[in-house]
Amino acid sequence: MAKLELLQSLSGHKGIVWNVSWHPLGKIFASCGEDKIIKLWGKEGESWSTKTVLVDGHQRTIREVSWSPCGNFIASASFDGTTAVWDKKSGQFECNATLEGHENEVKSVAWSPSGQLLATCGRDKSVWVWEVAGEDEYVCEAVLNVHNQDVKKVAWHPSSDILASASYDNTVKMYKEDQSDNDWTCVATLQSHESTVWSLTFDKSGKRLATCSDDRTVKIWQEFGPDNQEGVNLEDRESIWKCVCTLSGYHTRCIYDITWCTSTGLIATACGDDIIRVFKETDDSDPNAPTFDLIHTKLNAHSQDVNCVKWNPSGNQELVSCSDNGEVKIWKFTEQ
Amino acid sequence: MISFFSKLALKNTEKPPEIVQSAYMDKSASLQELGYKDDNDLRETIYDFLRTIRDPEKPSTLEDLKVVYEEGIFVKEPTEDKVPVLRVEYNPTVPHCSLATLIGLCIRIKIQRSLHHPVKLDIYIKKGAHTTEDEINKQINDKERIAAAMENPNLRNLVETCIADEG
Repeated sequence: MAKLELLQSLSGHKGIVWNVSWHPLGKIFASCGEDKIIKLWGKEGESWSTKTVLVDGHQRTIREVSWSPCGNFIASASFDGTTAVWDKKSGQFECNATLEGHENEVKSVAWSPSGQLLATCGRDKSVWVWEVAGEDEYVCEAVLNVHNQDVKKVAWHPSSDILASASYDNTVKMYKEDQSDNDWTCVATLQSHESTVWSLTFDKSGKRLATCSDDRTVKIWQEFGPDNQEGVNLEDRESIWKCVCTLSGYHTRCIYDITWCTSTGLIATACGDDIIRVFKETDDSDPNAPTFDLIHTKLNAHSQDVNCVKWNPSGNQELVSCSDNGEVKIWKFTEQ
Repeated sequence: MISFFSKLALKNTEKPPEIVQSAYMDKSASLQELGYKDDNDLRETIYDFLRTIRDPEKPSTLEDLKVVYEEGIFVKEPTEDKVPVLRVEYNPTVPHCSLATLIGLCIRIKIQRSLHHPVKLDIYIKKGAHTTEDEINKQINDKERIAAAMENPNLRNLVETCIADEG
């Protein structure tokens, strides 16, 4: 029997809490939302409490926060059209750089695994790649205009500089830098969802991607690279991504977020029906046509829509989630 | 060359609006415990909220213009958590009505502010009643777009004016 046990319910935010992000070591996490503040939460003994509150960085909703791989920077994306980068050179987190360029709401921000690149996206349909050029200095490397609607989320491949974006245009796109001319280009379009793709998460290997959508399904995509064993034909030796599994019939409203645990391989989803669900790949799963079981349904996880779920990167099976009514919750997953 | 000029006007002249929280969030409550006799009673309650919304252009209410109507409100199967699910259909006065999105936004905000218990809302234009209905339906059911729209001072003022109580 699998269970998701509530460790603690954290209050302090007002209104919608849109996003939570773990520090890479999993001992601190950040949360943000409608109240335009970022809260940093840490554990004291057995209980979690607010350690720091970052204010005055943004004039409108903070949609997403992202911790850099080194843990020394936090980037925040806001509906005010800017992305702020906070660092703790002075001993405490301060905003020392603001990235401007998007025409309106910035919806997502993500650091590359090396920490040298940042990606942002927004309602202006564009995806931007920024390079860390020096202390408090960020240079725009590319503006990618390949989606034809609002871009909801960006996520980096876990080990290489490949970027993925999810959009209101129902597709996912992937990008990488062409080594010959240093130009970023779209190298793949993942088309199968029937409505907005809200979020996406790579597995540990980076060979698979899970996406979630307003069409109430989760899709698992697999990379078929050059010289693949399955005999999938490629043009120009560029990898292609195929949808190898669709999880439908489980979610009853829009699915806002999805997180793939790098240590257990479990997938958790955040749904507009207020429920958190956990999926596990079956033991007899075919690598090219994988199957997943719903192993836990946490009814009433939140009082309203679950907006975000994130597994603790330390692999301790903790999960943090947030919802509309100022709610942030920490859970512990166990499987007997 | 990439422009770093931000097109967003962010004059914060007004005091930011208070974030409204629902008073009653107990999800285990049945419709009866929430104070409704039955589905029909919930529909009538919702209709009462909607009928007085003012049209953004004309000096009439959505009821006068038959943009909203009682038969356009459906109580659907509740979620697994037993949260009531409501579908509201509305009928823009003309098929190319440029204010259809704003009306959808007014309907959603009015219901959210008026009800003091959780509810899931799906708002749709009456089938065939608008030339870009799919586009509008998608937009007015996207919570992120709604949240961002309500932070835009001009849009917010328009909504507030349309849904303000009489008197």
